[in-house]
Amino acid sequence: MGTETRITTRLGDGSPIEMTPSEIRADVEDGSTAAARRAKVPPLTDDELDHLCEIFSSNARFSAVDVGDEVILSSDGTCSIDAGLPGDQVRVYQNSLGADILELATVDYSYKAVKTIVSSEAQAMKVAQLATVAPLAYGAMPDLGRYSRPDGPIENWSELMPRGRIGEARAAQEEAAELAVEDMVFCADHFWEAGADGMNYDTAGASGDADLLATLRTVETLREKYPDIGLEVGMASEMVLGMHGELEYKARRLAGMWPREQMQVVQEAGATIFGPAVNTNTTKSVAWNTARSCTLIKPCMADAEIPVHPNVGMGVCGVPMSAFPPHDAVSRAARAMVDILKIDGL
Amino acid sequence: MCASHAIAAGMGGMRTAGDLVARMQVTRGMRLSEAKDHVAGKLGVARDHLSDPLVMREVRRELGLGVLAFDELAFPDEPGGIEAKFRIAEVLDVPINSVERFRKRARI
Repeated sequence: MGTETRITTRLGDGSPIEMTPSEIRADVEDGSTAAARRAKVPPLTDDELDHLCEIFSSNARFSAVDVGDEVILSSDGTCSIDAGLPGDQVRVYQNSLGADILELATVDYSYKAVKTIVSSEAQAMKVAQLATVAPLAYGAMPDLGRYSRPDGPIENWSELMPRGRIGEARAAQEEAAELAVEDMVFCADHFWEAGADGMNYDTAGASGDADLLATLRTVETLREKYPDIGLEVGMASEMVLGMHGELEYKARRLAGMWPREQMQVVQEAGATIFGPAVNTNTTKSVAWNTARSCTLIKPCMADAEIPVHPNVGMGVCGVPMSAFPPHDAVSRAARAMVDILKIDGL
Repeated sequence: MCASHAIAAGMGGMRTAGDLVARMQVTRGMRLSEAKDHVAGKLGVARDHLSDPLVMREVRRELGLGVLAFDELAFPDEPGGIEAKFRIAEVLDVPINSVERFRKRARI
């Protein structure tokens, strides 16, 4: 009696495991079904599941898209190399790492922090713009939590809520959102003046619906001020947490939104690139995680009028949650996204 | 990880037309297919050639869109950096913020 080949693959934390093709098939079906049930979206088709199995049931060290199917890489934090100044590092990403869109950033990747050093960051942007050819944006996180005590001036809503002070918690988030919009617009004004091609708002919604609302209002404001500015919004997770629960953007409640609805509001606000994110389950296989991610993001693709660049980074969209994600897992997640979803970028 | 993505699925940045297609996404919000069609049309190349480094290096040199320098394959007498972006803005018919700022501040 024959036995199935053992395939070396990985779990969501990056650790290597062996699975048979049958086990991989069961995992991709389960991952897709789980996503479909949770988000009330269609599961992947049989052809799509077959293709996922083909990608993951291989012992090849690397996987790649077909020639001609290549997409755009909007790499964030393209100044995280441990050598040289940020302006030099973005050139390394441009010249040596194949980045199509570059991003200047600072290690304290939060607009509240950037505001305090915006002049020097804008100067770095100006100098970098003289030396680079690829589009170069400035990026950081909206990071609404930073506005709450002890880091910021607003009462900490995470402490108010367990005490039943819900009304005060909501008011605190609304106030923090207003401050965040002010800071993000302030920063964008400086970077646009310095010559930036655009702004990136990374992990939008990380602090819940108020965090996303602050981002949307920022995008809306900047679109009106600067018609040609590039605006990329990358999400923090697959569902917007209702930390406030009642916030709306143009009469649509933000809490509970999945990628398709997130894309719609981001697009409506005036962004030029949308980046959905699906958090990796570290106890499940990368095949399971990728199937789940594809299922959740697929509804975005037909409706999108702007490019969709899923965040296929550390711990999201099928990539393991590890500091140095293995090439075998990263390449498979990337290929799956391109082949199945026909995404516009990564 | 950027390297993994670049080899697995990326267009190739300045090695090819990746940065040019990207610019249409960033500034005009074009979906990938539309952005590739636009760039291919403006460059006068087949869409399939946009990801070919051999074809695109010649096209970029011819049109002054900037090429990567590597040892003896450096051409300091050809457009690079902001110079290349002036050319890109003209060839792709897309506004580039840093070009507009440079033009204004250099009083060109």
